Amino acid sequence: STAFVQWVGEKTPISDTSYVGIDAILEQMRRKAMKQGFEFNVMVVGQSGLGKSTLMNTLFKSKVSRKSVQPNVEERIPKTVEIKSVSHDVEEKGVRMKLTVIDTPGFGDQINNENCWQPIMKFINDQYESYLQEEININRKKRIPDSRVHCCIYFIPPTGHCLRPLDVEFMRHLSKVVNIVPVIAKADTLTLEERDSFKKTIREELRANGIDVYPQKEFDEDAEDRMINDKIREMTPFAVVGSDQEYQVNGKRILGRKTKWGTIEVENIAHCEFAYLRDLLIRTHMQNIKDITCSIHYETYRVRRLNESNILFTSNPPDHPAVQPKANGQPEEQPATPQPNGVAAQHEALSHEM
Amino acid sequence: MCRLLTADRSLYHQTEPWRHPEGAIFRCNGNGAASFAKQSSRGFVLRLTAATMASTEIARQAGEGARAVPLSGHVGFDSMPDQLVNKSVNHGFCFNILCVGETGLGKSTLMDTLFNTKFEGEPTQHNQPGVTLKSNTYELQESNVRLKLTVVNTVGFGDQINKEDSYKSIVEFIDAQFEAYLQEELKIKRTLHSYHDTRIHACLYFIAPTGHSLKSLDLVTMKKLDSKVNIIPIIAKSDAISKSELAKFKIKITSELVSNGVQIYQFPTDDESVAEINSTMNSHLPFAVVGSTEEVKIGNKMVKARQYPWGTVQVENETHCDFVKLREMLIRVNMEDLREQTHTRHYELYRRCKLEEMGFKDTDPDSKPFSLQETYEAKRNEFMGELQKKEEEMRQMFVQRVKEKEAELKEAEKELHEKFDRLKKLHQDEKKKLEEKKKTLDDEVNTFKQKKTAAELLQNQAQQAGGSTTLKRDKERKNFF
Repeated sequence: STAFVQWVGEKTPISDTSYVGIDAILEQMRRKAMKQGFEFNVMVVGQSGLGKSTLMNTLFKSKVSRKSVQPNVEERIPKTVEIKSVSHDVEEKGVRMKLTVIDTPGFGDQINNENCWQPIMKFINDQYESYLQEEININRKKRIPDSRVHCCIYFIPPTGHCLRPLDVEFMRHLSKVVNIVPVIAKADTLTLEERDSFKKTIREELRANGIDVYPQKEFDEDAEDRMINDKIREMTPFAVVGSDQEYQVNGKRILGRKTKWGTIEVENIAHCEFAYLRDLLIRTHMQNIKDITCSIHYETYRVRRLNESNILFTSNPPDHPAVQPKANGQPEEQPATPQPNGVAAQHEALSHEM
Repeated sequence: MCRLLTADRSLYHQTEPWRHPEGAIFRCNGNGAASFAKQSSRGFVLRLTAATMASTEIARQAGEGARAVPLSGHVGFDSMPDQLVNKSVNHGFCFNILCVGETGLGKSTLMDTLFNTKFEGEPTQHNQPGVTLKSNTYELQESNVRLKLTVVNTVGFGDQINKEDSYKSIVEFIDAQFEAYLQEELKIKRTLHSYHDTRIHACLYFIAPTGHSLKSLDLVTMKKLDSKVNIIPIIAKSDAISKSELAKFKIKITSELVSNGVQIYQFPTDDESVAEINSTMNSHLPFAVVGSTEEVKIGNKMVKARQYPWGTVQVENETHCDFVKLREMLIRVNMEDLREQTHTRHYELYRRCKLEEMGFKDTDPDSKPFSLQETYEAKRNEFMGELQKKEEEMRQMFVQRVKEKEAELKEAEKELHEKFDRLKKLHQDEKKKLEEKKKTLDDEVNTFKQKKTAAELLQNQAQQAGGSTTLKRDKERKNFF
């Protein structure tokens, strides 16, 4: 193929028809990725009965939810929010993925739900913590196992009115540490008009409370990105219906919910927005979701954690003066600021002192 | 590209849970097998090869609580490799090559030939006092791939009379790139994903085409570099060697490298799609290359070649030299692996050594977290303690000096007082003497006055008594005076 080699600077191409082969790196990268496989960790949060398990099963076309794994366990609502995580190895066309579904039974089910997001917040931060621990080891693994929650799907009950205080509180706290994708659960109880007005109200309330759900505006990389993401933001939250039952409609076998007044086709965008959710989460933005978790949420946690640790450790005498005059009257050098990057600075300061 | 390995036929029809030696359970239920059989046999084979070849990997994952679950339809995460690749394409790629070799071995020309570009620069002189490393970065693009290529040249390598320290600047340079990355990684606020990676991914070691064996400089240098960078040895200007000599030369070089324990980069053979070509190429190392940026017409095509009176050496003719093999391995097949090895092996080794050198260790798993931070803080406290001690010492010294000075000053003051006292006494003595003299003088004056008065009185008396005594008086007066 006639590829050309461009340059920046004072260079001249030798031959216009010569192929170097730089673009072969894409194939090399793809090969390595296929060999390594991918990881994806998704958390579902919402009151019991909103169809979380069914939606997970529908999204991943298999029995991945916790309930499906332990079908015989008696379903009782726990007294506090529990965090239950189940992992699966799935494969499609040679692409292997370790999918972890994290369930949060007990959320929003108590009479008093104050602070019920705290165990969830703690779990998310614990995953960041264990990744950080592994990352700062001297001897560290070739591939640090990633248990960080990439995406948290929040189920909003289809009341049709507005967000409840619990919804706002949860999303307000958690949107700062994890990517939240809010969905309107069991949306087959809303007519299209009710759905649209509900969505509009929700978006207003999110905006009014300063809640940034995925895809966050501030992380759009370029104009093209912004365009695509604006379209998604206009549709948030997705009104979804889940089902793992197949029915015959117009000669095709489709996933749906059969009622006396008709069959709701889950993957039909005229019926519900499941397909948009699936495309966003899996087919187009999965890598981006992971990237935001990795380079923004995790980094934010890391910065906070390292700064906290510094304050904890510099419980030295608070009256330790910042600058001490030497015997010859010159001010002493400020000791290295307590940061890991001060590791090198400390080294320098030591050599200055010696 | 996907080959059917000697798959265990029994697995095809297995419906019982199959126990993997490591304890994980895989389910190949009828559904799963059927759906995969519907796809091309390739799809099924891939799954099997994944299960058998990478079974240890899946088992590892499965062992951590995962289970293999068959899908009942198309989910869509098979687009993940594409999503990942697209992200990388948007970001662009970095590749850094270090060319080590004596001046005049055609390093620059080879780079030009490899990347089909005339990079700027003129041939270096041979009179460099030491080895310096010159690095140039170029932005290349081919179809939609943008590559930031950095070529680092060792200027003056092998030109000095005493070459004992030649390797040092190279090692320092490589370490400096690792250090820069480590610093970035250790920062609190870091931007790793937009960091321009300058770590050397591949080191092309240019061997002079003597036809005999490696020079001791080569052996020493490669030995120092083999744990820091991926070394690909190449025989430069190999059109100077005949084919038979070349074969012997290659064998000699390889055996010397082995007997000296030099670890050169091995093209990876663990991925079945490239294992064969890589292992073939491994046996052709070191590559005998010829570089040329000039084109010569052969037949009806323009090819890169070197023209001699006795014939033309075509660079891209595999019977003439190994240039094509080098390009294939370095760029088209293993560029990503070179980058990965640099990051996961060489950089990790550097990081581990550097941190251990600075006194950090991993604490045991059940002790408090933050080994790095804790150790750092402990060191810092130690340092602060030392600092304070030094301060104290200095302060003591200062106080001591002040005391001494004070004592000195007191002494001086005392002396001054004494002197003053002495002078004062002297002054008083003099004054006394003067007064005595004055008194004496006054006495004399008084005596004189008295005598004068007495004399005048007598004179008056004599005048009254007669004038006969005037002569006497005159005489007396004369006698008196």
